[in-house]
Amino acid sequence: MAANVSTTNEKTDKTETSQMHSEEKNKPRNGADILIQALHDQNVDIVFGYPGGAVLHVYDALYRNPIRHILTRHEQGAIHAAEGYARVLNKTGVVIATSGPGATNLVTGIADAMIDSIPLVVFTGQVATHVIGSDAFQEADIMGITTPITKHNYQVQDVNDIPRIVKEAFHIANSGRKGPVLIDFPKNISASIFDEALAEANREEELYLPGYQPNIKPNFLQIQKAIQAIGGSKQPLILAGAGVLFADARHELTEFAEKYKLPVINTLLGLGSIHGQHELNFGMAGMHGAAVANDAIQKADLLINIGARFDDRLTGDTKLFAPKATIIHIDIDPAEIGKNIPTDIPIVADAKEALKALLKNDFDGPDTSEWLSYLNEKQQDTPYWYVEDENEILPQQIIEMVHSITNGDAVVTTDVGQHQMWAAQYYKLNHDHQWVTSGGLGTMGFGFPAAIGAQFAKPDKKVITFCGDAGFQMTLQELALLNEYNLPVKVVIVNNGALGMVRQWQELFYDGRYSQSLMPVQPDFVKLAEAYGVKGYRINTMEEAQSILEEALNSDEPVVIDARVKQLENVYPMVPAGKSLDDIVGVKKF
Amino acid sequence: MKRVITVTVLNQSGVLNRVTGLLMKRQFNIESITVGHTEQINISKMTFVVHVADETKLEQLIKQLSKQIDVLKVNDITEKSIVLRELALIKVVSPANLRNEMNSIVDPFRPQIVDTSKNFVTYQVVGQPDKIDAFIELIRPYGIKELTRTGVTASVRETQPVETPQLSILK
Repeated sequence: MAANVSTTNEKTDKTETSQMHSEEKNKPRNGADILIQALHDQNVDIVFGYPGGAVLHVYDALYRNPIRHILTRHEQGAIHAAEGYARVLNKTGVVIATSGPGATNLVTGIADAMIDSIPLVVFTGQVATHVIGSDAFQEADIMGITTPITKHNYQVQDVNDIPRIVKEAFHIANSGRKGPVLIDFPKNISASIFDEALAEANREEELYLPGYQPNIKPNFLQIQKAIQAIGGSKQPLILAGAGVLFADARHELTEFAEKYKLPVINTLLGLGSIHGQHELNFGMAGMHGAAVANDAIQKADLLINIGARFDDRLTGDTKLFAPKATIIHIDIDPAEIGKNIPTDIPIVADAKEALKALLKNDFDGPDTSEWLSYLNEKQQDTPYWYVEDENEILPQQIIEMVHSITNGDAVVTTDVGQHQMWAAQYYKLNHDHQWVTSGGLGTMGFGFPAAIGAQFAKPDKKVITFCGDAGFQMTLQELALLNEYNLPVKVVIVNNGALGMVRQWQELFYDGRYSQSLMPVQPDFVKLAEAYGVKGYRINTMEEAQSILEEALNSDEPVVIDARVKQLENVYPMVPAGKSLDDIVGVKKF
Repeated sequence: MKRVITVTVLNQSGVLNRVTGLLMKRQFNIESITVGHTEQINISKMTFVVHVADETKLEQLIKQLSKQIDVLKVNDITEKSIVLRELALIKVVSPANLRNEMNSIVDPFRPQIVDTSKNFVTYQVVGQPDKIDAFIELIRPYGIKELTRTGVTASVRETQPVETPQLSILK
């Protein structure tokens, strides 16, 4: 009877999926049913997960009232896939795992999403409330474990709280500075009968989060100050971070840069916030960024940071960062302002709203022609470089070829390390939401499952993941999904038989003592792919490279490409850790 | 520098852990914490005394605390006119022949004797932390058996001096 009340109120476009099978219509709904219903209400169309004892009720409810569920082969794969999905769609990713080990296997992904501000709602099972704290089977204090690495977390104590908690969680995850929210769900709560009458009474209850009111609109006076500073500058520079992408402000950013002829540089995570080959784009800055971008920071008299957090891999020595510049910092998170770099003009706002406000005012922009010609000259003079090798393929060449075959249109995910930096340098992105990489946490094993999530998000797009041979081996079990779900993900293993970045640092800073950074024995990646029913290719020579890449990348099937590249190649240019951006090395060919 | 920070929070489970965990994660050194209910249902107030290196760190501390979903309000009340109180219970060796001497010596601190036995007496002292420090130093030679302090709680006075120094972020 009570169940009928709620089904008649269902949104009309969802009646098909959300109505329970008719024979079960009169069965009272339990917490798990309510949870799944709440996901439907949030327009969740896909969840990544892995079942287990404490979430059996949830999986049973999922069976009754299906949402597309992707069964990964490890919980870490599920959460990285959800991150990839969230990143390319700018939509909240959803993950379900069981208690104890299921939950702890998510921890790396949660921390990754936290530091890169990726919106996720993560459900973990928990042992029944009356045994919490008794070290029960598969019990872990996931609330305690994830408090420092979530934007917020909840443990459901009352079945009737579920609709409110889920609603709040989705709101918190995907507003303000985005991030992961975890909901811990004790097994007995998922089995408890839900009070439909009470829910009906609370149905229209507004979100009540008095301690959470992110500031979206910029302050008028601060915008005026920014305008004055821009107008009065001679060498202004925009640093665009991931905040621009999260705010979907690529259009506004491009318009603003073009209107006042302002040069733009990107952070690693901000790539795609302006066209990769735009004439005002001077590339990525930071440790392995373009020489021109780093030089621009050091010479600028005005640095307009939009949605970047002055991470240490960008700034190098903060005391020597942008020594001449007045700093404007636009960020939705007030805590980022002044955290690493003292800020002259703080603007707490959504990047899109701030850019709109800046665009609304017509003002006399600075004359940047001299500054731009200096930067252009510098860019011509200091491109990314490598020295071709007669006998071996260089990793940079593989990225370049993939870029040209895909015309810069593919969704690119990367793992972490040397290949990640080369992909950032050489794969010039045409679009936004096309670049998925683990920036802040630097999570090896991220790239491949993230590509799976990205492919689910964009089934019609070509999705390429660049992985190192080592990082790929951390989550390669997800190869099983390519076949099962018919996902045409293209895995490009940039295989140098080493932990390349570790090896590079050991070469440069530890006198070449390669301590545990070489991997002489590796699986046969082609056979491995074939074992999972995926076509595998191996590239040994430059002659093969072009034709194999063309064939593999243009195929409609999933492929794994084992590209054997030079082991001792280093990523340049490089700002050694903790040094000033002025101390950049390897700008020109040695 | 030592700062007195009050944090008004929604009284959810885990909120204390959230706040202290944040202070640990950002490497702030807590000298004392007190927590208790307020006049409003479901709202609690924490009073921290923390050591911070400089104003930038202080600003970070306040912003990071404010960012928590369950945190409603964060105030640095160090430079306001405030009532600052702490309570201490101090059990001291006090044989009968010394008890009168001890009582007269501590009298200016207006302690209360809350428990006695043949050889011990327990004083309760209330006041600013430095007053309690002074009391402890005074009584220490007699032999302290047990000492417990509540940490500081504070209340902002209704009447403030006209020019109250403000934090840089509030200017």
